[in-house]
Amino acid sequence: MTIVEKILARASGLPSVKAGDVVEPKVDLAMSHENAALVINQFLEIYQGTPLPPKIWDPSRVAVIFDHRVPAESSKTASNQKKVRDFVGVQGVGKFHDIRGDVGGICHQILPENGYVRPGYVVVGTDSHTTSHGALGAFAFGIGATEMATVWALGSVLNVEVPTTIKVVVKGRFKKFVGPKDLILHLIGKISAQGANFKVLEFHGETISKMSTSGRLVLCNMSVEAGATAGIVPADEETARYLREEAGVTGPIEPVLPDADAAYESVIEINVSKLQPQIACPHTVDNVKPIDQVAGKRVNQIVIGSCTNGRLDDLAIAAKILKGQKVAQGTRMLIFPASAKIFRQALGKGYVGVFMQAGAVVMNSGCGPCLGIHEGALGDGEAALSTTNRNFKGRMGNPNSEVYLCSPAVAAASAITGVITNPRKK
Amino acid sequence: MPTVVFKVGDDVSTDVIYPGRYMATVLPTETPQFAFADEAAFNAKLKAKQIPPGSILLGGKNFGCGSSREQAVSCLKGPELIIVARDFARIFLQNGINLGLRMIVCPDIEAAEGDELELSVDALVNKTSGRQFKIEPMPRSRQVIIDAGGLIAYTRTRLQQAVV
Repeated sequence: MTIVEKILARASGLPSVKAGDVVEPKVDLAMSHENAALVINQFLEIYQGTPLPPKIWDPSRVAVIFDHRVPAESSKTASNQKKVRDFVGVQGVGKFHDIRGDVGGICHQILPENGYVRPGYVVVGTDSHTTSHGALGAFAFGIGATEMATVWALGSVLNVEVPTTIKVVVKGRFKKFVGPKDLILHLIGKISAQGANFKVLEFHGETISKMSTSGRLVLCNMSVEAGATAGIVPADEETARYLREEAGVTGPIEPVLPDADAAYESVIEINVSKLQPQIACPHTVDNVKPIDQVAGKRVNQIVIGSCTNGRLDDLAIAAKILKGQKVAQGTRMLIFPASAKIFRQALGKGYVGVFMQAGAVVMNSGCGPCLGIHEGALGDGEAALSTTNRNFKGRMGNPNSEVYLCSPAVAAASAITGVITNPRKK
Repeated sequence: MPTVVFKVGDDVSTDVIYPGRYMATVLPTETPQFAFADEAAFNAKLKAKQIPPGSILLGGKNFGCGSSREQAVSCLKGPELIIVARDFARIFLQNGINLGLRMIVCPDIEAAEGDELELSVDALVNKTSGRQFKIEPMPRSRQVIIDAGGLIAYTRTRLQQAVV
């Protein structure tokens, strides 16, 4: 069995499953953000006309994290957040992260850094980038609000078809200023935005073994941009190190690994030794080009942050490049750490000072400009270069603008010049 | 007979179907006003209720890719559009089934705006061009949810069975 087949078999109480089987796995962790407001509506509707009181099956397994519109940009959002806050209080939801400078942040950073996700877990979230948590060897996938209401009621996901798995084997050493973001953009460009629809991407190879959990989170986060149900990395020593040292996990860690004779739909081999920085050009994430084909493109806004690339190592590389430099006139730079914890770490290491002295605006942790809801919108005809995960038309709040996606190193180097710049050629 | 009222290309994302800046609106009664908000002509017709219920929105491949936002489904279900596409992105397809949106997977469909399409269980005939196209069945794993009239009704049944 593949990792996902093994996880689904265990969670469904079956000795084995294979791709195509229909199962009803028990959920280990169910995450929502502000869209819990809609989940609540659907959840209460399930109980309409029944004598049963609406009660979450296991509030300790539910996480609610405010990140999409923090602090609230409108009275409507604030009222929705209030409704969710009241509900999680009444239901006793165990993992609630409000808008705070101590425990707040983006949901896909909060879950790993608090040790909420473990290898072998079934994790569902009302957010497509829930795929991120495959970085810790869990089967994690995005669902809609109504599906989450079912999970809250029953504790299982109903009628899950066991997905097929594509094995991705990655070899070679990254060149300087090339890393996980370039690898995943390259892969998406290669297999297309539909290339893994309804499938799992399972990452293997020496490059993955040597990669930090932060890098693995980038790969799994963006697996959904190839349509994947989930991305997953087999749990190993690095997973255990991350969970023990960075996430403070003390309980047992039980990796679920694929069998040697696991059945894969296909195998993709990639050697990163010669990979150059990659750019996803407007308006699809699979419109990927090596940086030299788009270098020199004028950009009005640089964004570093998000659940994809807002962690400490991302900020470290940006600070290294920006130290003593200035953001180009006519270009604005927005930096938003993925969590309050990372923000505090970046303060301690002096990165925030470097960014501000360079002219960047450092914003509170949250989804920020990534989805163009309440800050960092683009003007008509403007272009952004961003370490986020999507460049769909209108994504950064304006359909008459463009978004290019890149790594933190490319974003930082380009902030200094005001044009898309290869950090390897500076 | 259902008419194609709006045709879009491949990889149409939920950011295009329901832009992120309207996500604070969640009620299915309120989301239709923002359907394809940045496609001014189509959105205006929807808002003016000039699109007859049962009209066809024709998508390409990977319709509904991107975010899991359910507003992208409820905004199309409100005006009772039928979505015909070459295929759908996973989360959108599941959300559509869960909410009872009418969706048809037609891998080889060729049609233009204004064409009339005759729908049956396993085939679609473009009456304007005279060509017939095969319809793919919905995932069998989800048929019970379709038959129950959506996931809320199905969950309610399951919940009551679990208690008994």
